[in-house]
Amino acid sequence: MSSKLLIKGGTLLDPAKGLNEKGDLLSVDGIIEATGKPGAFDSESEAEVLDASGALVSPGLIDIHVHLREPGFEWKETIESGARTAAAGGFTSVCCMPNTNPVIDNAQVVEFILEKSELAGGARVHPIGAISEKLKGECLAPMVELWEAGCVAFSDDGWPVWNSALMRCALEYGKMMNLVLACHEEDTALSHGFSMNESELSVELGLKGMPAAAENVMISRDIELALLTGGRVHFCHVSTARGVELIRRAKKDGAKVTAETAPHYFILDETAVTEYDTSAKMSMPLRKQEDIKGLLEGLADGTIDCVASDHAPHEEDSKRVAFGDASLGILGLQTTVPLLLEKVREGALSLERAIASVTSDARACYGLEQVSLEKGSVADISVIDPDCKITFGKEHNLSLSSNSPFFGRELQGLARYTVVAGRKVFDSEGLYS
Amino acid sequence: MNSELKHLLGIKGLGKEQVLALLDSADQFVDVNKRAVKKVPALRGKTIVNMFFEASTRTRMSFELAGKRLSADVINFGASSSSTSKGESLIDTALTIQSMSPDVVVMRHPASGACKLVADHLPETSVVNAGDGLHEHPTQALLDALCIRRKLGTLENLSVSFVGDALRSRVVRSNIYLLKLFGCRVRLVAPPTLAVTEFEGMGAEVFPDMKRGIEGADVVVSLRMKHEYQKDIYIPSLEEYSRLYCITEDRLRDYAPDCMVLAPGPIIRGTEIASDVADGPRSHIEEQVELGVAVRMAVLFLLATGADNKGRDSSSESGIKELVANEQ
Repeated sequence: MSSKLLIKGGTLLDPAKGLNEKGDLLSVDGIIEATGKPGAFDSESEAEVLDASGALVSPGLIDIHVHLREPGFEWKETIESGARTAAAGGFTSVCCMPNTNPVIDNAQVVEFILEKSELAGGARVHPIGAISEKLKGECLAPMVELWEAGCVAFSDDGWPVWNSALMRCALEYGKMMNLVLACHEEDTALSHGFSMNESELSVELGLKGMPAAAENVMISRDIELALLTGGRVHFCHVSTARGVELIRRAKKDGAKVTAETAPHYFILDETAVTEYDTSAKMSMPLRKQEDIKGLLEGLADGTIDCVASDHAPHEEDSKRVAFGDASLGILGLQTTVPLLLEKVREGALSLERAIASVTSDARACYGLEQVSLEKGSVADISVIDPDCKITFGKEHNLSLSSNSPFFGRELQGLARYTVVAGRKVFDSEGLYS
Repeated sequence: MNSELKHLLGIKGLGKEQVLALLDSADQFVDVNKRAVKKVPALRGKTIVNMFFEASTRTRMSFELAGKRLSADVINFGASSSSTSKGESLIDTALTIQSMSPDVVVMRHPASGACKLVADHLPETSVVNAGDGLHEHPTQALLDALCIRRKLGTLENLSVSFVGDALRSRVVRSNIYLLKLFGCRVRLVAPPTLAVTEFEGMGAEVFPDMKRGIEGADVVVSLRMKHEYQKDIYIPSLEEYSRLYCITEDRLRDYAPDCMVLAPGPIIRGTEIASDVADGPRSHIEEQVELGVAVRMAVLFLLATGADNKGRDSSSESGIKELVANEQ
């Protein structure tokens, strides 16, 4: 017997297809069978029904930049806990960074992650392979082997590819398979010892800052290398207004570049660390109001293609230390959608642009197969309730870690259901409602 | 008026009145320190723990002496001899110390914000910041202010120039906060790599030029140019630094003939400050050390008795007068 799922009463929203209307959706055996007017499939009596009334029904959301910490750091997060947290955040897919232990620089680790994620019963997990062996920046990781094993992109995230010649070779080599290199852009000589943005505030607090220039210098370098090689560069977690400008210009010049930013960069500014609050410490650091403005403009006009959380779980003990000693990174999977929708309510972004930035435009950055609401598409679907409101607390958090600056904040616009291949992997009942 | 002060984590956040009250109280303790018997029973039965996670001789000694002259029991705790070197977290170390019920913890730590972190986790204990990273060193700023006030009679609207490595000085940050409370003009004098323009956010002005930086100053303060920094990239060499910025009698005579000179020390003669200045009549370097003990007595007294004073009308200042009188 075939398995059917009927999502009823919502608004079907698929910006890439220009779809925004009330309607129902029927999936059969993990594939979208049809969409239709409200009530069109009421005769499908054997279908499991999800009530989407008042909610948005979107092609499955993807977060193309997360850290799942397994293998190697299972006390921070596991593939299972991460995949489930992603589902609770409304995501049907995530792409996980290779800074695990061992690093994702050989096929065995890729296979391990894919096997674990099959069993996790949450969002799909797409591994990102290392650019350089052991992320050391010295020689190339076996990119073809990794690609064949299932890696969707390549990154040394956490570190820049400091050696420009190696970066050039990675871009040239990657052209064989049209690979995307996702780059953490940081001039580590300029940023050495940093724990926040470099500014009047960092001088006042006596904390070593990372100037915006440390990021912009490397964005500039990789634009030049993308132009030189014709290779594809994706800029991770862009945090500066000047970075946005550089990328805007590069796109005009025909460089094959794409970019992401993370919600914290357009929600918080550097003043979040004024009281040495380690829950707001991450790399890149939080910047200034003018950067927030530049990022939102870039996101609105598509210069910044997508939003990704940079979900970076860390155990509490690594944050309960002096600011300079605290680990870098914050959670993001469950806060990305509501923070994005906060900007939609404020008028900084259209709803369509916001959804595209976590669906079609995000998949396009890594050249992933698109997911839509049309017949024949895989039934990866996110049902988002734009009115559901919580004060985000530890009781809502599904990650194994709890390093978020957003606890205590009112979050509005949360996942009601997350559906992967026609199967419900998250139901908000009991968690958000 | 000061009884609400639980910790002294920085000058930032203190009001002018609180600073003045501390200085007034320190003035009283200066007299105690000049007596034959330099001890008052003010903190008898109180316990003070000096937690120093960073090398320090003069500040640690100054706090120890201050505690002992107030008759408190003083325990010293150094990072090298402690469980920190065995991997214990700062918060756990602090909680362990708290279990021994000290009244005041005096703390120095290489990380900015570390004293606040400890204070946030010690509900029962007062914390005094004896220097946290590059952030603040409030008792140094207070003793500098006391020294200036005793010499010039006021802190209001003075012109104070700091010559040397401001970027990596917690002393200068605390001093800026304090001096700005009194409407002072604060100039930082060093190459732009060290007197960074971001200090303007705190109300200071930066000058790479020695003449413009100290012209007409009432007070010139020499900041440390640490030897271990000699190899770093901020300046080419101490020799070049010295040629441009060494505080010499010639320069003071030409640009700031009436100024007094301070140095939080330790000083490097001939590099930061010439011997003719350090040993000359403008210098108050030794007096600073002496006043440091009095200032720390005032701070410890205030914090250790603050709770007792709550609900009583008598301020700690009148408490000191009583004390000092009783002992005479």
